[in-house]
Amino acid sequence: MMSFTAKQLGFAYGLYDASFEFPRSGLISIAGPNGAGKSTLLGILAGLRSPYRGSCMFAGREVRQWPKRDFARRVAFLPQSVRLEFPFTAEEVVLMGRTPYASGWFQTAEDRSAAEEAMTITDTLAFRGRDFRTLSGGEAQRVILASALTQRPEALLLDEPATHLDLRHQLSLYRLLGELSKSLLVVAVTHDLNLALQFSNRVMVLEDGRVAGDGMPREVLNPELIAHVFGVQATVHGSDRPWLTYEQTYEA
Amino acid sequence: MKPSGTKSILLSAALLVVVLIAAPLAGSSHIELGRAFAGVSPDHEIFFYARLPRVILALLGGAALSVTGVLFQCMLRDPLAEPYTLGVSSGASVGAVIAICLGWRATGLASLVGAALVLLMVLGMAVEGRRLSSFTLLLTGVTMNSMAFAVILFLHNLASFSQSFAISRWLMGGLEAVEYSTLAWLSVVVVGVSALVMAWAPQWNLLAVGDDWAASRGISTARLTTMGYIAGSVLTGLVTSLTGPIGFVGLIVPHALRLKLGADHRALLPCAFLLGGAFLVVCDTLSRTVIAPTEIPVGVLTALCGGPFFLWLLKSRRRSLWL
Repeated sequence: MMSFTAKQLGFAYGLYDASFEFPRSGLISIAGPNGAGKSTLLGILAGLRSPYRGSCMFAGREVRQWPKRDFARRVAFLPQSVRLEFPFTAEEVVLMGRTPYASGWFQTAEDRSAAEEAMTITDTLAFRGRDFRTLSGGEAQRVILASALTQRPEALLLDEPATHLDLRHQLSLYRLLGELSKSLLVVAVTHDLNLALQFSNRVMVLEDGRVAGDGMPREVLNPELIAHVFGVQATVHGSDRPWLTYEQTYEA
Repeated sequence: MKPSGTKSILLSAALLVVVLIAAPLAGSSHIELGRAFAGVSPDHEIFFYARLPRVILALLGGAALSVTGVLFQCMLRDPLAEPYTLGVSSGASVGAVIAICLGWRATGLASLVGAALVLLMVLGMAVEGRRLSSFTLLLTGVTMNSMAFAVILFLHNLASFSQSFAISRWLMGGLEAVEYSTLAWLSVVVVGVSALVMAWAPQWNLLAVGDDWAASRGISTARLTTMGYIAGSVLTGLVTSLTGPIGFVGLIVPHALRLKLGADHRALLPCAFLLGGAFLVVCDTLSRTVIAPTEIPVGVLTALCGGPFFLWLLKSRRRSLWL
C-alpha cells in the first residue's frame, strides 16, 4: 500500500504530467530551481491546491475527495515560514495542531499530552510560554514542526524547512526528520542539494513543472542533471558519503 | 485555554455587572433604585425611560463593535482593521445623510439600507471564485470610505442650516434612549451573533495565523471567512444604524485585551463582549454627566478616555499587570 500515488498530475501552469508513487515511510526531497513547481506539488499533496489535473491519491482515495478533517489527521503540512500578527504563545501554536481531533471548545488531556510529547521530541518545552514572535528562526521552525506532529500524521510535508536556519540547526532538523522518516513519510522541498544527498532516501528534481529526475539521491544528483536543470557545474566528491561543490555558472 | 482565561472572563463579567448597576443611577438628577422600582415618580420614569434603555444600547453597541473588531483584525490579519474598515459606517452615514436631506423620518432604516448596499458592493468586489481576498476587501473598503465621505461632504454643502446640524450630530455618533421593543430585537441579534462567533473561537485562532495553516488542519476556510464577514457586518450595521458611527471602541478594546490576555480567541472574544460593553457604558455615562446638562458626543469621549489609556498600556507592555 502506497501513501501518495500520482498519475499525470498537473496544476494550472505550474505542474505537468507528474507521475510517482511514495512509500509509507522514508525521507523524500523535492529539489529544483525557483518556479519549477516544488511548492505547487507540495500544496497539491497537502490538499491545499485544487482543482488539479490528473489524479493524486492518498491511501487509495483522491486527495480532493478526502473529508478535510480526516485528511488533516493523516497528512500534516508545514509552511515555509509563519509570520504572526498576534501574541500567541509557542504552546498555543503547537496545540493548534490538535484541531482535527477537537470536539469542542476546550483542549482535552489527550491534546495536552500530545503537545507535551511533540514539544519534547522537538526540544521546545523550554520556551512553551513565550510569545511566538520573539522566537529565533530555529526555535520557531521547531515549534511549527511540533504543531504538525501533534496531528499524529502518517505523512509530513515540509516547504523549505531549513531555509532560515543556521548550519547547526539545519543538521539537527534533518537528523530529526531522518529519525521521524523511519515510521512516517517525510516529503521536504529543499534548495540544499547536499542536505538532500546526505539525508534523503529519494530525491525528486523538478524543472519547469516537469519531473526531471526521481530516484536514489546519488544517482539523480549527478553533474549532468545539475548542469542541465540548475545551470551550474557541480563536482561530486567522495564515494562513501558523497558531497557536492559548485563551480562557475554554466552557460547553456 | 489557559486557566487565566477563565478568570479573566469571570472578572470581566463582574466588572460589567458593577458598571450596569452604577451607570443608570448616575446623572444630573439624583434618583434612588428603591423608589424607581416602587414606581415613584419621577425616579421611575428617569430610571426606566431615560437612562436604562440608553445604558442597554451602550452595552450592546460596545459589545458588538468590540467583538467585530477582534474578528476583523483576525480575519484580515491586520492590527489596524476595525469594524468600519469594510465601509459599513460610511454606507450607514450616506444613508442617514440622504434621509436627513430629503426630510425622511426613518433615518435609522435609511442608514441600515446604506450599510447593506456598501457591504454587498465591497464583498462582491472581493469574491474570487469561492473565497474572499483580504487584500481586495481592505482596499475596496478604504476606497468606499473615501467615496462615501465625498458624497457626505457634497450633500452637507447643499443642506439647509437645520439639516446641517442634524447631519453633524449624526456623524458624531451618539446614544439616545430607544424603545424597549427596538432593544429587544437588537439584543437578540447581538447576543445571538456574538455567541455564534464565540463558538468558532478555536477556528479563529488558526485563521489568525494563516489561510493555509487553518486549511491544512481541517478547517473550511472559505466558508468560515464568509460567515465571519457576514456576522461582523450584521453586528456593526445594526448598531451603527441606531447610534451612528462611534469610533475607537472596535479598534482599541481588542488591542488592549490582547496585550493583557494574549491572542487566544476563546478568552479574547468573551472579554471583548463584556468589557467592550462596559467601556461604552462608562463613556456614555461620562458623556451625559461631565458637563451636564450639555452632552459631550460619546465618540469624542471614547477617543479621549480610551486613547491615553491605550498609549499607557502600549508603553508598559507587561502581561499579568492586572489579570
